[in-house]
Amino acid sequence: MATLREWIFTTDHKKVGILYLIGSIAAFGVAGIMALLMRAELSAPGPTLTDNPTDYNVWLYFHGAAMILGFQIPALTGFLANFLVPLQIGAKDVAFPRLNALSVWLFYAGIILALMTFIIPDPPDVMWTGYPPYSEISVGNTAFYSFTVLLLGFASILGGVNFLTTITFMRAPGLGWNKLNIFTWSTFAAFILQLIFVPVLGTAVTMIMFDKYLGTHFFTPDQGGDVLIYQNLFWFYSHPAVYVILLPFIGIVFDIVATFARNRVFNYKMVVYGGMGGIVLLAGEVWIHHLYVTGMPDWLRVGQMVTTLLISVPVGLLFIGLVGTLYKGSIELKTPMLYAVSVIFLMLIGGLTGIPLAMTALDIHVSDSYFIVGHFHYVMAVSGTFAIFGGVYYLYPKMTGRMYNETIGKISFWISFVGVNIIFFPMMMAGLAGMPRRYWDYSQFEGLEGYHQIMSVGAALIGIGFFLALINWIQALFTGEKAPDNPWGSRSLEWTTTSPPGHGNWPEIPKIAPEWHPYGYGEDAPDPVGGGSLSPAAARERER
Amino acid sequence: MFDRIKARACGLGGLAVGALATLPAWAGYERIPGEVDTARGWEELWHEVMVDITIIGIIFAAVTFWFLFRYRRRSPEEEGRQPRLSPMAAIGWAIIPAFAFMADDFFLAAKGWSLWNDYRTVPEDRLEIQLESAMWTWDYTYPNGVRTFNELRVPAGKPILLRMTSRDTIHSHWIPDFRVKEDSMPGRTTYLWFQPKEVGEHVVTCAEYCGHLHSRMTGKLIVMAPEEFDQWYNEAATRIQTASSEQKGGA
Repeated sequence: MATLREWIFTTDHKKVGILYLIGSIAAFGVAGIMALLMRAELSAPGPTLTDNPTDYNVWLYFHGAAMILGFQIPALTGFLANFLVPLQIGAKDVAFPRLNALSVWLFYAGIILALMTFIIPDPPDVMWTGYPPYSEISVGNTAFYSFTVLLLGFASILGGVNFLTTITFMRAPGLGWNKLNIFTWSTFAAFILQLIFVPVLGTAVTMIMFDKYLGTHFFTPDQGGDVLIYQNLFWFYSHPAVYVILLPFIGIVFDIVATFARNRVFNYKMVVYGGMGGIVLLAGEVWIHHLYVTGMPDWLRVGQMVTTLLISVPVGLLFIGLVGTLYKGSIELKTPMLYAVSVIFLMLIGGLTGIPLAMTALDIHVSDSYFIVGHFHYVMAVSGTFAIFGGVYYLYPKMTGRMYNETIGKISFWISFVGVNIIFFPMMMAGLAGMPRRYWDYSQFEGLEGYHQIMSVGAALIGIGFFLALINWIQALFTGEKAPDNPWGSRSLEWTTTSPPGHGNWPEIPKIAPEWHPYGYGEDAPDPVGGGSLSPAAARERER
Repeated sequence: MFDRIKARACGLGGLAVGALATLPAWAGYERIPGEVDTARGWEELWHEVMVDITIIGIIFAAVTFWFLFRYRRRSPEEEGRQPRLSPMAAIGWAIIPAFAFMADDFFLAAKGWSLWNDYRTVPEDRLEIQLESAMWTWDYTYPNGVRTFNELRVPAGKPILLRMTSRDTIHSHWIPDFRVKEDSMPGRTTYLWFQPKEVGEHVVTCAEYCGHLHSRMTGKLIVMAPEEFDQWYNEAATRIQTASSEQKGGA
């Protein structure tokens, strides 16, 4: 029992990170089952699994809310940030360890509240966006939605304060800003966005509760309110939230690609200041593109078309950095690298289909259709999830001290990679052909059945692929080979400690030599901890 | 000396790219005089953008595949040999692609803007129909007081303007075949217009989530020959008048 106590009262950033991972994978599992239920319902026209559309609407609500708020954001800014950032900056822990523990338990409270969707009568059916007036007139229990968002939001704000402080003040001596890993930079950028914008979302969902339960009229037009205020507030947070997901997942992909190509990150400063900085600067000026067909003023819809299109500049720079990092590398396609490289292709499809969507006039046809759903699954949902899975594989030896099974890892990757393309590419085509989103049935439309059946097959494949990955992780906990300290031959700081790292990470805080760089491959740089050399040959020597 | 020449060359290159970046922005303002057809305009622009993004996508994907193949690891101890970038090269690799992307963005923005103007400028000779949406029906009212539910009858060859509002929650009136959609909501009036050309039937469907029967909120757009439409329109109007006069007579 002592160990359970240890986990519950832990303030160790690595344990907190693993707790975040377990919680977010649980949310991912349940939300994934919802997706499978939906695809089963849509595998044939007419009622299939249920003849009550509200059941379907509740599944869809839970899928969206849990995947974004319960899985992706916590897995990236909770698990990866907690586990990796202190190790990458050479700190013993985060700046406020107890605040960190509070944040993870708030997150668990949010997840449990979200899961209660399935036991309360009249569960929320308001979609993850919760637009009024529907969320205010629905018989579904909107309060559960609002409180879930508020709890997860608080958890995130605490994390933001913690990590901005940690990265600013707790870097090991000699570790300058230009020697930070790209992932640490991306966490820094994501938490800046989170701190600025989360309060806006909190305000919006609180106003909904006030309207519905306390009789205020923020969003009721016949009493002087306005329904569009909510959408503006919501997307003023939720578009930057897309970058809160995108930045860390691109960050971890950069770290994985640099490690498995054993190569310098191409044009580091362009990636950090141009790519990530550019996204942070533009994130708050593009939210109207979610309101292109809502009757917002015409000039605003055109103005934000330009800002939205300009997002392609920093994202393009990130792409050049990512692809450039492969140039003259020494590339080995192990499982984490497969996931990371696949993100380049998935992001290409997702990002480029965002360009017509950014154009107000073109968006008029495809807005709120399956095209949008396909687009954001490519660019955010699937890319983000593949990056997270790649990250878990990448850090698995460091987290557990054991190696996962490479063969199962590769098989499960290929099954899910084929699956996502089978589901989300036809999804975009169905949208173009006139399939609106959030439909429980499509028997009134002609010629869409084929698309839906292909998509359902894809969903089954994804289910199998991710389930295999999960099995692999659990099995390797018990039967995996013992992992060396630096199985990938990385130069980065987190691989200089033991696997798994003890409390405090290093016996002493590492001293960073001026010639050391996390991506300084191809040079004979000194080891910041052991005093020896960091080249793979030297590392191999030390293992013996 | 050599450095100075290199710096000047880079500066000139940057200027040239800057000029190129702004040039295409002006190319978008070609407006074909005569009849405006937003659905056809949408098709053409969509096609153009698809070509544009496919080219960019193929370039990136091909380079990635080539690198993955060309620079695969050959011995377990091999490390990458990427050369360090000189400050000038580093800046160039940031500025030049940024301007290239921006050039494409402005080019597309100009084209998109001009189509957007067509979408929002309604021709004068239009037929104006009021739409009030409700959970889960479309309720149309014609200028002469005729009302229809879930069935929008219009004459071919005349621009149709819908002025929309909603009784309860937000709905979105989508006619996929005409590439047009706009939300309707309580407390605000929105509009959309389209130009039916040929006689036929089209699907109208709700694109904004509106609760339990959202997926059953489907209607029909019936484009009729102008004479047939006039006949139906006048008969329906007469029916209303008789009905209301009968009501008055009864009272």
